[in-house]
Amino acid sequence: MPKKKNLNKIIVIGSGPIVIGQAAEFDYAGSQACRSLKEEGLEVVLVNSNPATIMTDANIADRVYIEPLTVDFLTAIIEKERPDGLLATLGGQAGLNLAVQLAESGVLDKFNVELLGTSITAIKRAEDREMFKETMERIGEPIPESTIVEDIHGAIDFANQIGYPLIVRPAYTLGGTGGGIVTNEEELIETTLRGLKYSMIGQVLIERSIAGWKEIEYEVMRDGNDTCITICSMENFDPVGVHTGDSIVVAPTQTLNDHEYQLLRSASLKIIRALEIEGGCNIQFALDPNSDSYYVIEVNPRVSRSSALASKATGYPIAKVSVKIAIGYTLDEIVNAVTKKTKACFEPSVDYIVVKFPRWPFDKFVYADTTLGTQMKATGEVMSLDRTFEGAILKAVRSLEIGVNRLHMPKMDDWSDEKVKNRLSKINDERLFLIAEALRRNIATPDEIAAVTKIDRWFIDKIKNITDVEVRLKKDSLNAKNLRDAKLVGLSDKSVAELTNSTLKDVRDMRKQFRILPVYKMVDTCAAEFEAVTPYYYSTYHGEVDEVEVSNKHKIIVLGSGPIRIGQGVEFDYCSVHSVWALRELGIEAIIINNNPETVSTDFDISDKLYFEPLTTEDVLNIVDKEKPDGVIVQFGGQTAINLAASLAEAGVKIFGTSVDDIDRAEDRERFDEMLTELNIPRPRGISVTNLDDAITGAAQIGYPVMVRPSYVLGGRAMEIVYNEEELRDYMSRAVKVTPDHPVLVDRYMQGTEVEVDAISDGVDVVIPGIMEHVERAGVHSGDSIAVYPPQTLPSKVIYTITDYTKRMALALKVKGLLNIQYVVADGKVYVIEVNPRSSRTVPFLSKVTNIKMVNVATRAALGATLKGMGYYSGLVEPKPYVAVKAPVFSFAKMQDVDISLGPEMKSTGEVMGIDYHYARALYKAITGAGINIPKNGCILFTVADKDKEEMKQLAKAFYELGFKLVATEGTAKALQSIGIDAEIVGKVHQRSSDIIHMIKLGKIHMVINTQAPGKHVAKDGFRIRRATVELGVPCFTSLDTAWEVMRVLTFMRDRRLVYSLALQDYVGGGDALA
Amino acid sequence: MKGKLILEDGTTFRGQLFGGSNATTEGEVVFNTGMTGYQEILTDPSYCRQIVTLTYPLIGNYGTAKQFNQSRKSFVGGLIVGEVCEKPSSSSMQKTLSEFLTAEKIPCLYDVDTRALTRKIRSVGTMKGVIVSEYTSQGTIDEMMALPIRKNVVEMVTTPVSYTIDAGKDPLYVVTMDFGIKRNILDALRKLNCRVTVVPAKTTAEEILALNPDGIFLSNGPGDPKDVPGVIREVQKLLDKKPIFGICLGHQILALAMGANTYKLKFGHRGSNQPVKCLETGKVAITSQNHGYAVEESSLKGLPVKITHISLNDGTVEGVRHVSLPVTSVQYHPEAAPGPNDSVHLFDEFIDHMKQAKA
Repeated sequence: MPKKKNLNKIIVIGSGPIVIGQAAEFDYAGSQACRSLKEEGLEVVLVNSNPATIMTDANIADRVYIEPLTVDFLTAIIEKERPDGLLATLGGQAGLNLAVQLAESGVLDKFNVELLGTSITAIKRAEDREMFKETMERIGEPIPESTIVEDIHGAIDFANQIGYPLIVRPAYTLGGTGGGIVTNEEELIETTLRGLKYSMIGQVLIERSIAGWKEIEYEVMRDGNDTCITICSMENFDPVGVHTGDSIVVAPTQTLNDHEYQLLRSASLKIIRALEIEGGCNIQFALDPNSDSYYVIEVNPRVSRSSALASKATGYPIAKVSVKIAIGYTLDEIVNAVTKKTKACFEPSVDYIVVKFPRWPFDKFVYADTTLGTQMKATGEVMSLDRTFEGAILKAVRSLEIGVNRLHMPKMDDWSDEKVKNRLSKINDERLFLIAEALRRNIATPDEIAAVTKIDRWFIDKIKNITDVEVRLKKDSLNAKNLRDAKLVGLSDKSVAELTNSTLKDVRDMRKQFRILPVYKMVDTCAAEFEAVTPYYYSTYHGEVDEVEVSNKHKIIVLGSGPIRIGQGVEFDYCSVHSVWALRELGIEAIIINNNPETVSTDFDISDKLYFEPLTTEDVLNIVDKEKPDGVIVQFGGQTAINLAASLAEAGVKIFGTSVDDIDRAEDRERFDEMLTELNIPRPRGISVTNLDDAITGAAQIGYPVMVRPSYVLGGRAMEIVYNEEELRDYMSRAVKVTPDHPVLVDRYMQGTEVEVDAISDGVDVVIPGIMEHVERAGVHSGDSIAVYPPQTLPSKVIYTITDYTKRMALALKVKGLLNIQYVVADGKVYVIEVNPRSSRTVPFLSKVTNIKMVNVATRAALGATLKGMGYYSGLVEPKPYVAVKAPVFSFAKMQDVDISLGPEMKSTGEVMGIDYHYARALYKAITGAGINIPKNGCILFTVADKDKEEMKQLAKAFYELGFKLVATEGTAKALQSIGIDAEIVGKVHQRSSDIIHMIKLGKIHMVINTQAPGKHVAKDGFRIRRATVELGVPCFTSLDTAWEVMRVLTFMRDRRLVYSLALQDYVGGGDALA
Repeated sequence: MKGKLILEDGTTFRGQLFGGSNATTEGEVVFNTGMTGYQEILTDPSYCRQIVTLTYPLIGNYGTAKQFNQSRKSFVGGLIVGEVCEKPSSSSMQKTLSEFLTAEKIPCLYDVDTRALTRKIRSVGTMKGVIVSEYTSQGTIDEMMALPIRKNVVEMVTTPVSYTIDAGKDPLYVVTMDFGIKRNILDALRKLNCRVTVVPAKTTAEEILALNPDGIFLSNGPGDPKDVPGVIREVQKLLDKKPIFGICLGHQILALAMGANTYKLKFGHRGSNQPVKCLETGKVAITSQNHGYAVEESSLKGLPVKITHISLNDGTVEGVRHVSLPVTSVQYHPEAAPGPNDSVHLFDEFIDHMKQAKA
């Protein structure tokens, strides 16, 4: 069946901001979808609120709407654009839910829009628990005994019938939000209540827990002609009980025999047929390790994180093929993009093993519960390929950037055998390392470990293969024989050096001397059966023949940014992709190295060559040795790439762009201070101390409040603002280990306006595409602040100073390419906080709103082109007539023990953008896009710290005048009475019956404004209030600045329409300016 | 011990020889891209005397178990793999792969860059090869390489005597010509309540018809179909007598019997992921395949035979049907084991033919 004839214009819904459970994989899928539609000559309208993505670039779709993903906005856009079809199965759960809402509210019918791909009935058959259960029963596919409840009594009745353990899953949520395994009534009640709150439809599924069974997944595709194929099978290292997003996963399945494999494969086909899905779908099974019994756990009727993984694992472009199916093609009509000869209608066969490893945010959320269960906690993931499991798992671990380079966590060295053994039963982020530790110490046999963990013994034995080699290495000294064994089992040079007490150089030299070198193999979907054209490679020490054809062309390696984590998100992938595109435009062969399966950069047709490898010095140098590139670009891959600059330069690799020494001058505090002094540019006063006494004296001299942080970590980790000596003492004893090697930095905390600048320099000229002003005052991490372009309150003198300082610092640092600077403006004076000689989180946002291809220009500048030559001149580019607001998005619902109050440590996982000719509406769009439902009336709870009471009065008054009812704790209420405002007094948290939490639960409070008293100890009540707002979806603002802006939006929008949409192309092209 | 595979064009692949220096072998080197089902492959008589390369590098992960054997013994000439798993894990396992290889006396070269080998075969075509120890003399290698490819492979694998598998009440009666039948075919027929008599390949048409079957099944098997001209002649005699269903070699023999031609493919189709399009329904099924020869499409012109199935990968003939007689055959393996069960319905058609003929 060829392409549907009636289609000319198609609207695609993206997945919105990155949150835990819905990350960069949808940028990959969405971009692929849009390109694939355009390839068919269709006009594409894209809606997505996330500016940090490739898919929201103006060249990916004909019309790009960066607007909130709500029914209101979508309706307005549909009305305006009048598309023929809607494609929603590539925008994750967010896109799917929105499509269902649009269909049910009659919008699609009204505007005659055809839902492409899987139908609404089919979506519901897969997603609605009751309908799913009926369907599975009809076709005889087993599902665990279960019931759907809408209240707690149903849950208890069911538990009384079938007993514990049970698993609680809310219907229609992302990444299993709010679910969990319960083993008694108390836990059942708690989890069920939470699940009911999170479910979009107020339903929770309670079912028999089959924790401990093998968890197996299939990626399946079906076309309109009912042809079905499986793309990839996957086996979870962690048995059922851990969310698949939090599991280590291998592909293909390893421990299933052909009979079991086909049993589940046949079931998959039967299921996708019964559900009548058209496109890609993910099916999860639990398989009894001791029999042929299995249960169907879940079906995702759409492209998912697993399908992104399956695409990267096999080379089969699931998103692309799903799109072609959605517009009417059948699988046998679609060409296999990898072989270009065979058809997309086949099942990939791989001749390597793939390991996916989750990246958790526990390094940032140090107080979070690290237990893994049915609620996903990982922010990102890495993938690795090798010809052995051992090689692949070690590559994955190296790719994580969590300070380990093998299955060894140094902190476990101090643990007693007893402790190691006892902890084996704990299911958390450290389990794999603990298993290795137990095997290394030989204190538990693989059988014992398998019995405790329920992890298949096959995996445990493989881990033992690694630790056995480690033990031998440690015993012998470094020689060619054991070096070869170490490399065959996948250990890095660094690990070998560590284990044999030699230097990295010794190991590398010996390796080269004995020609112990990796070969590179191709990912081709067909296990070499057919000739392929994919330039997609991985390394292995298990091979004789290298398949890479090294060209004679000029070539440059772009280092990617690794797994998505808090502080280093999809923005850096955006930059890497644009750098690759710039190189290709210049006719230079662009090679990318990255290990993140979710991203656009690891799509094999983005670069000339893709090496799916860990981003470590060794792994990169191996590729450099092979490809002999002209050089490497490090400035677009975030801190991951920057951190490799020095060691690569030391090995003689040319680093394009800002030099390693200048990078160091920006990053090393002392050298940076020296430079600022020379340039006569002020920064907040600060000192570096190596003991408590110096800290106290120093802080007194600087004057409280001070910002304190350890010098050896970046990204705001363990950074706090302390207001007095007592708090400083507490911080020094609790948060950091201060030693002469690891000083603590004490800086004056300037309570001013924070301003952020991204600039491009060629060493002569410095172009500033735009300046962003933060809504929240300094002290809130820049990544968690609302940023506004262009600045709304800064006087021109300040802007002039910022422009001047930026230029002088860029030139002093001899920046070639991008740099990012954060300033604080206090009392009209500008201070520098931080300079990053690389691309930043705000580059995609700024590129989009200013219509300057910042990465492209920076890449050219890094290679020696002049800005003037490209038509750019020094200074600030004239601001645009519209306003763009970037707002942070948090995943607090997934992390139960995390405090949501904002501070110097970054907590957001993603971002959205609001753009409009009116600042207030841009802000409204940003806040709405971030998922915050600002009430237009109702009741606001004020509970603020003493230091904020004065400021709060004015704010409360303003809300009061807007007609809101105010509720406050006693102290705050008194303060309000003093200015003549009546606020209802609520009891504190411990005063049971009428307490705040209770009122929030009853839905009597519609918004909360809460600031935290300084010091960490007194904050318990506040913590509970804030968590309650997360659990119940009540907006809660922890910075008065944000609350002020919300108030302004409410005031301004009273007599204007809230929903007004324009495409990005309209703004940047000047377009229709009638707002 | 160190060993190597030498191909007839001189290319050498190094590895470790399993089972010591006596475990040398020679034969045609082929590759299979299935990721599971090594035991089924090793016991499929169609691989008789061939050296099988498995492209998936980790082999032996779930051990072996008797119930997965596809014939009375393994007939393969040798096995080439990346890694032989020494510590498999599966509740159904009875023997490790190493134990199985030893018991079945299958020479095996492991630690081989099987991907490089596959690429070689893919580009040059199927070649003869020898697996020898690192220390085998050149003279011995030359002698082994000079040995011709065996032509009497069907004879080696077919059942020496006929036997019958009983079924339930009111069964259909199928006589199966055994050219190297896989056990799962018999299981599939039995599941459909067929009483099956398996007869040796050399059985005559008269002998078969004397059994008065409801239908005749022509099995899979090894080698070039043209190496069994006697069988082709007998099948020719059966064409208008009974419903016939053929699989793999049986399909090729049937096609030759109907007057078509067969030819050798460059490197064959061997794997569990082969897409086949049914021209009658337009639907595509993923199939299990193992064949080095194919029916020549052009040779079907003018014959009362129509093509029912083609390979989506290379367009070659994967199934035919006689235009007027209840005679059908497929090149691939609807019985699976290893591979997908998507085409098991083909047996139903055979059953229908037999029922119609009987009625």
